Amino acid sequence: MEASTQAQSRGRTMRRLEPAAIAGVMSREVANFRTYWKGTTFSSVLEPLVYLLAFGLGLSATLVDEVNGIPYIQFVGTGMVATAVIFSSALPAMFGTFVKHRFQNTYEAILAAPVDVEELVSAEMLWIGTRSVVTFFWGLDPEPGMLLTPLFAFVTALGFAGFGVAMAATVAKIDQFNYVTALFVTPLFLVAGTFFPIEGLPEGFQIVAQVNPLHQLVELVRGGAFGFEWQDLLRFAFLVVFAVATWRVAIHQMRKRLID
Amino acid sequence: MAAIELRNVVKTFGPITAVDGLDLNVPEGICLGLLGPNGAGKSTTMRLLTGQAVADSGDLHVLGHELPAQSKPARAEMGVVPQLDNLDVDVTVEDNLAVYARLYRVKDVGAAVDRCLDLARLRDRRRDAVDKLSGGMRRRLLLARGLVHEPRLVLLDEPTVGLDPQIRTELWTLIGDLKSRGTTILMSTHYIEEAERLADEVAVMHRGKIISRGRPADLISEHAGRQTAEVYAPPQRLTELRVSAEAAGLKVRPAGPAIAIVGSEQARDGAVPEDAVVRAATLEDVFVLLTGEEAE
Ligand SMILES: Nc1ncnc2c1ncn2[C@@H]1O[C@H](COP(=O)(O)OP(=O)(O)O)[C@@H](O)[C@H]1O
Ligand SMILES: [Mg+2]
Repeated sequence: MEASTQAQSRGRTMRRLEPAAIAGVMSREVANFRTYWKGTTFSSVLEPLVYLLAFGLGLSATLVDEVNGIPYIQFVGTGMVATAVIFSSALPAMFGTFVKHRFQNTYEAILAAPVDVEELVSAEMLWIGTRSVVTFFWGLDPEPGMLLTPLFAFVTALGFAGFGVAMAATVAKIDQFNYVTALFVTPLFLVAGTFFPIEGLPEGFQIVAQVNPLHQLVELVRGGAFGFEWQDLLRFAFLVVFAVATWRVAIHQMRKRLID
Repeated sequence: MAAIELRNVVKTFGPITAVDGLDLNVPEGICLGLLGPNGAGKSTTMRLLTGQAVADSGDLHVLGHELPAQSKPARAEMGVVPQLDNLDVDVTVEDNLAVYARLYRVKDVGAAVDRCLDLARLRDRRRDAVDKLSGGMRRRLLLARGLVHEPRLVLLDEPTVGLDPQIRTELWTLIGDLKSRGTTILMSTHYIEEAERLADEVAVMHRGKIISRGRPADLISEHAGRQTAEVYAPPQRLTELRVSAEAAGLKVRPAGPAIAIVGSEQARDGAVPEDAVVRAATLEDVFVLLTGEEAE
């Protein structure tokens, strides 16, 4: 009797979403990041720069001067900040989660410790969200209007990290990420209003763009740079809902995978 | 209170019943060897104990915590050493340990890391990446990582499967040390020698159930008697000998190219041929008789 009361009181001290568990899982990511950060950071800064140069300089020199009164190079630059987020969150979440689960058996060991799937997934999302924002934004000008940009990007990165984790827990083989990329990642990237305003697209695409978190982020970043509108509040709310939804779906899918 | 108490536990995967009405009680302070052939349900039992599998029915208690509801506090007090090496290979030895010290909420991470480095005899390799270590060092590190929070109960799932003999012996020494410190151990294995060396008690698992349990010496005298006679001969003669020995009421089991006539001390004249090699009965005799599977 005494033993079971003791066990119950110990049970009560272990809550859901314990910061210590989340910090522990993130510390594993930090320890690994220290061994590969150079390559990752290099590519996450270089890729957007290549796009920026190709589209921004190329198109503005030949075809486009400005969009909605914004010089084209600035139009693309602000859009690029936003689209960099999907590549530094959805893709690492997809591949990283899959590899840790299927090839390295990392989660088997973590879940044998006092860490639940909910804490594991939350920690992985927080880590990817943080990394995505930090590695990209360390080169950004801290202009007053841009101060909110890391926050917008962070919430969006959380959402796409959740998306990536959920996909990793859903596909049977790593090749199937090709479908995920072709069906979701690339279209979302293209219909985000980064390189051209979506008003120029057919109506169907415009509707898709409205439910595209990346488009909402692009608009918010431009808001920060060139002035907010009242709709931006709705955009931000949409991003928060997106992040919460993918978080719950990712937990659900991972639980199905990891707990028999 | 027993460290582990399982009562009538069932776990199915679709049509497969991996654990089939399992009763298992592991008292504190012993090393229990869960001995069974591949597919017996050993790993599933381990996963049930860590909450990574949820039983269809039955009662499960670990260190007084009821599973699956109280799985998290139970996990906080037990250590798990996996069958497969899942260390972070690019990360240093000490960081591998430190991460798990944090996951187990250890207060003094530095002290825990130092203690594990001593235990794994890796103090001078602490700043090396894991992929620079030899196979034996990695295994010692894997074991030490499971002990980073000084658990009262340790689960070892086939701790030496597929390892070369020298590494296996090294690990046996470490597991022996752990035992002598009074830690409760549940160790699954399909190696007879491993169970014989390390286990205070052996539970033979077959098709999801414990079919026999006891101290190795007791299991041997109960199921195999005192002596076993091995006969090496052409297949046809072996078949004849088998028939006549079984007709005389003796148990016979295959033993690679030979047959083993178990309990041969009770044989009447003629049932055991002159050219048989008579030896003391072993746990292997028991294992093969009970499970019908040839031992490794
Ligand atoms: N996740 C799973 N899905 C389906 N079948 C499984 C799963 N895990 C184990 N099994 C099956 O359950 C049985 C027992 O497996 P296991 O517990 O791994 O045995 P052991 O560890 O003793 O070799 C086997 O038939 C195995 O194929
Ligand atoms: Mg197994």
